[in-house]
Amino acid sequence: MINATLKQLSAQLAGKKISSAELTLLYLDRIAALNPALNAYITTDAETSLAQARAADAMLACGSAQPLTGIPIAQKDIFCAKGWRTTCGSKMLANFVSPYDAHVIEQFNRAGAVNLGKTNMDEFAMGSSNETSYFGAVKNPWDQNAVPGGSSGGAASAVAARLCAAATGTDTGGSIRQPAALCGISGLKPTYGTVSRYGMIAFASSLDQAGPMARSAEDLALMLNVMTGFDPRDSTSLQRDKEDYARDLNKPLAGLRIGLPKEFFAEGLSQDVAGRVSEAIAEYKKLGANIVEISLPNSRLAVPVYYVLAPAEASSNLSRFDGVRYGYRAPEYTDLADMYEKSRAQGFGAEVKRRIMIGTYVLSHGYYDAYYLQAQKIRRLIAQDFAEAFQQCDVIMGPTSPSTAFKLGEKGDDPVQMYLSDIYTIAVNLAGLPGMSVPCGFGANNMPVGLQIIGNYFAEAQMLNIAHQYQLATDWHSRAPQGV
Amino acid sequence: MLPTTSLANADVRKVARLARLAMSETEIETARSQLSGIFDLIAEMQAVDTVGIVPMSHAQDVSQRLREDTVTETNQRDLFQSIAPQAEAGLYLVPQVIE
Repeated sequence: MINATLKQLSAQLAGKKISSAELTLLYLDRIAALNPALNAYITTDAETSLAQARAADAMLACGSAQPLTGIPIAQKDIFCAKGWRTTCGSKMLANFVSPYDAHVIEQFNRAGAVNLGKTNMDEFAMGSSNETSYFGAVKNPWDQNAVPGGSSGGAASAVAARLCAAATGTDTGGSIRQPAALCGISGLKPTYGTVSRYGMIAFASSLDQAGPMARSAEDLALMLNVMTGFDPRDSTSLQRDKEDYARDLNKPLAGLRIGLPKEFFAEGLSQDVAGRVSEAIAEYKKLGANIVEISLPNSRLAVPVYYVLAPAEASSNLSRFDGVRYGYRAPEYTDLADMYEKSRAQGFGAEVKRRIMIGTYVLSHGYYDAYYLQAQKIRRLIAQDFAEAFQQCDVIMGPTSPSTAFKLGEKGDDPVQMYLSDIYTIAVNLAGLPGMSVPCGFGANNMPVGLQIIGNYFAEAQMLNIAHQYQLATDWHSRAPQGV
Repeated sequence: MLPTTSLANADVRKVARLARLAMSETEIETARSQLSGIFDLIAEMQAVDTVGIVPMSHAQDVSQRLREDTVTETNQRDLFQSIAPQAEAGLYLVPQVIE
């Protein structure tokens, strides 16, 4: 049951082989057993989850079920869910019980899915190892001394350890794809503007995008069908016709042109990851694809540009946390300014403060043109590189992360080293393109390797087709860590 | 004029004040050294020729939507204030600002 696909679970529920309440209990029991070691969830609420499950069972009984009705889904703790504690991995929001639902949560509720709990994450989604969470580091189920990646590390760990049927994540610079790669699962960051950001606690608004994390491309398609849709409450939400992301899963890949950016296979990529990615490309050749060498000459600038734009937007977004209307307030202070400064100093962790400082500096008087505006101009150059590449190929492939999961604490003292672990994912966010990661084998120490697939704008259905055909030909995506 | 990447403690102190973050002298020193490392990383983009390039603020270059100026939200003051650190009689309480 815990290895069943969403489609299989849906069929079991429809055929009354199992009830949603039974399925939800099964997962809650697994969480109770395995979460103390993995720390993948920050909050569970069995009573609320089971009430949702019973409501789903009623929907199933009266024949008004949809594909995800009754299926237990883990929600990243960045999504506000009414009545649920929503912490964003921060002491600042440790006691914040959301008074409203994010659009994504509303969509899952409408579909009759069960909220199984809130998953751990890097504080305010700022991190690539899940070590910046106020609620402690998440462990990688493939090796509990290794990081799961971040910032959606709890979601990735939970999916890999079979502590949920599927999960949501968010991706600002790689936060869905990198943890998906490091935990051996599939994850997709859609085109910017496809999933509403309403009620998703903001980090860098022009880059943040929610997406699904699951065990297969087929499952991702079903999740995406629920998550996407126009929402007037997000000013960047795109008005587009609703589409079925599973519609092209079974198309053959003959004649597909895969672009390999030479910059993604240069210095800095570890041997084991390079090897597995090459083998995946060879598999695609067998499936009828043609390989084209391409270049993304400005991609080396993605990390510097990102570390100007994302902190700048974060410093503005996080100015709302002042200890007045909600969130943490320092116990002692002398006046209003002192209250702000102490509440923020005590409520935010080191990485969040570091990025607020970077952002405040690059936006301050005298530096705006040289940093922020220059970064925005280079962002356009990076997007243009992709546009030119897509003249020559249908899809771009490469590694998701330069190495497999590193050990807990290994990069803790050096922010710059940590930032470089997102070197292949960041450019995709800057361009606003969809990107995904699928498991493609195991590297050194038997840790999972992820293949990154980057599509053109709104090419999610095509990317899912490309990933699904690979998953029909290989079984990397169905491997489970020992002990789960 | 290119900004300097070598920060002084006074710069860090000023930024901390702008960001409303209380910092001890030890924290200022740690922040200065880490921020300098990050600004060295960022410095790479200063050399790029971007003359004539239009800044990209949004991936899809869409313009902001407008809507009718009508009431869309209902009043939920009690609910919202139930999660405030300190509220009383419908007001958020903060230290006295005006003598």
